[in-house]
Amino acid sequence: MNYFPDEVIEHIFEYVVSHRDRNALSLVCKSWYRIERCTREKVFIGNCYSITPERLIQRFPALKSLTLKGKPHFADFSLVPHGWGGFVYPWIEALAKGKVGLEELRLKRMVVSDDSLELLSRAFPNFRSLVLVSCEEFTTDGLAAIAANCKSLRELDLQENEVDDHKGQWLSCFPDSCTSLVSLNFACLKGEINVGVLERLVARSPNLKSLRLNRSVPLDALQRILTRAPQLVDLGVGSYVQDPATETFVKLMNTMHKCKSITSLSGFLEVTPRCLTAMYVICPNLTSLNLSYAAGIPGSDLIKLIRHCKKLQRLWIMDSIGDKGLGVVANTCKELQELRVFPSDNIGHHAAVTEKGLVAISMGCPKLHSLLYFCHQMTNAALITVAKNCPNFIRFRLAILDATKPDPDTNQPLDEGFGAIVQSCRRLRRLSLSGQLTDKVFLYIGMYAEQLEMLSIAFAGESDKGMLYVLNGCKKLRKLEIRDCPFGDTALLTDIGKYETMRSLWMSSCEVTVGACKVLAKKMPRLNVEIFNENETADCELEDEQKVEKMYLYRTLAGKRKDAPEYVWTL
Amino acid sequence: MDAADIKNLKATELRLGLPGTHLEENNVISEEKSSSSLTPVLNNNKRPLQLPADEETSPANKDSGSKCSNKNSDDDAAPPPSKAKIVGWPPIRSYRKNSLQEQSEAAGGIYVKVSMDGAPYLRKIDLKVYGGYPQLLKALENMFKLTIGEYSEKEGYKGSDYAPTYEDKDGDWMLVGDVPWDMFVTSCKRLRIMKGSEARGLGCAV
Repeated sequence: MNYFPDEVIEHIFEYVVSHRDRNALSLVCKSWYRIERCTREKVFIGNCYSITPERLIQRFPALKSLTLKGKPHFADFSLVPHGWGGFVYPWIEALAKGKVGLEELRLKRMVVSDDSLELLSRAFPNFRSLVLVSCEEFTTDGLAAIAANCKSLRELDLQENEVDDHKGQWLSCFPDSCTSLVSLNFACLKGEINVGVLERLVARSPNLKSLRLNRSVPLDALQRILTRAPQLVDLGVGSYVQDPATETFVKLMNTMHKCKSITSLSGFLEVTPRCLTAMYVICPNLTSLNLSYAAGIPGSDLIKLIRHCKKLQRLWIMDSIGDKGLGVVANTCKELQELRVFPSDNIGHHAAVTEKGLVAISMGCPKLHSLLYFCHQMTNAALITVAKNCPNFIRFRLAILDATKPDPDTNQPLDEGFGAIVQSCRRLRRLSLSGQLTDKVFLYIGMYAEQLEMLSIAFAGESDKGMLYVLNGCKKLRKLEIRDCPFGDTALLTDIGKYETMRSLWMSSCEVTVGACKVLAKKMPRLNVEIFNENETADCELEDEQKVEKMYLYRTLAGKRKDAPEYVWTL
Repeated sequence: MDAADIKNLKATELRLGLPGTHLEENNVISEEKSSSSLTPVLNNNKRPLQLPADEETSPANKDSGSKCSNKNSDDDAAPPPSKAKIVGWPPIRSYRKNSLQEQSEAAGGIYVKVSMDGAPYLRKIDLKVYGGYPQLLKALENMFKLTIGEYSEKEGYKGSDYAPTYEDKDGDWMLVGDVPWDMFVTSCKRLRIMKGSEARGLGCAV
């Protein structure tokens, strides 16, 4: 390979796309490092504080597409206090200064101000794709700037963001000349939008493949929009309320017959269940169905709908479907690969899901590899059966609503059940535990979960040994997040070199002390060790014996960060 | 696959490690619940754990130096961390939580009064809870301990002493069941279960 001119190697590298492969390429030799960095267009940064934007730009001058993640995962569950960090503005500012030809930006769990969106919209003439997941602070004013200024915008995808609606007409800010939209998702916006403006936008976007509406778009508008966009592949329905005896509904039924390209369906944020019959005609084509926000669909109607969805690969649903409904899924959706069952608000609802539903799924859906399952109870026997039936799990996340509930049949912890999962599923990369668990489950995880990259633990374990089994055994571990477990200083300090091989470690409400964190921080200069004790600020003296409420440590080349709020100590 | 098969598989597995070193495990996959002594793993590039060789790992064990609240399963039922709300459990994104809460608040209930002729006091029911007429009628039958019977377009609720009626937006008293359910739910202001001759009179008036 060394005798090939650079252009040839560059050309070969074009075919190497995944981040991991490219990272591997850059380690081979100096000239490959040089060629790789000059040709890399897509970069993924799993922790925005692990590196400075300037250093990134220096290494990858051809950067076009950037993915950034900010807050730790447990921020999703309100465990990270407000203002912790994850600000995107400095990144956008640096990219603009560095004259980077940015085209795509994907952000997750970051703080995105309207100013950053404004700057983003003006500084990059070729900018075409913005994806924001679980971000906050921006308002519809920021969206207006994106709409108005990004001349070749193709994708605006907003997923589960908390957005302040300023009642402006952000949608109207798309100029008439904007005809390039491929993907528009504003389902998470709470405010009204101008339906006429939306319809005209859709009418002039012949390449539109993905459209997800918010609650303010009524059914009649949906019908008109679908008439204009029969080429849609991915549809998110906003409001779906109508009297089925009306002409509007009949029109919709007819329109659905023309929407043969739709393979992904979601939304139904408000719904008249009897109107779901209009969807039956597209169900046989669906590979992805997300009804996890459709609280208005009772279990019986969910079941009726799913009976038509024989090609489904991904299903996100609420537990109102019940164990029986999951049985129907198991009989119908033989291609199912990913299943997420979310809890509905109906506490004490009899149709909620238990281990029976999961067992049924495991028997009927051999291709299942990703699971997120909220349930009322789980048994070891069920987990062992699931492990036997589905050895291909890559992601297995179980959330029992009562966090420390034992096996209700035997009153035993769930160690054996999870042990079976990790022993059977050799390709397991992500695992979340719940239920009553002792140190034994961690012994099993350390022994068998060789590919494990991310582990989430809550209310589990009995001693430091638990955590040590994991740190010692899981060679590929990248992210470890622990809450409310009796793991303390010994566990934290036994193998500190391990943390440089990982992206991050989160421990909250454990037995770790300030003193131990200080020791760790001192020995490992390339880790940022942050502790937050909520009711105190940096003025207070931290005593070594004090228990740490929350600790987040991560490897970094950027040193101590300068934007940490008062309650965060970086040791 | 039973435990024996899994053990054999493990034996044929390719791994980096000195030959002759292998795991000693006691019925890992079995459903034995009793504590088993396990020799910790001390091979295959894994750094040795500083553990005594035959540690009992029973669930009821409480090591010194570790505080385990709620872990003693020898007690009658391990007290769960307060049934009251635990912050961040179940692990649902706050966006999802807020969104569904808003949805259910916006939805609200459609509560209407239900009176029955001869009953000393009225009741209230939430029409949103029912998926259709059959459920509503069943609920009324349960609530007032009576039989209403089946609806027929021609004869109303024949074979029964009772007829469910409702007052609509125009103030008229209508027989329950004539219009589509959705229309009924939005137009019903209150319910009245008519009894006896009056009920039969309503049915005959068609």
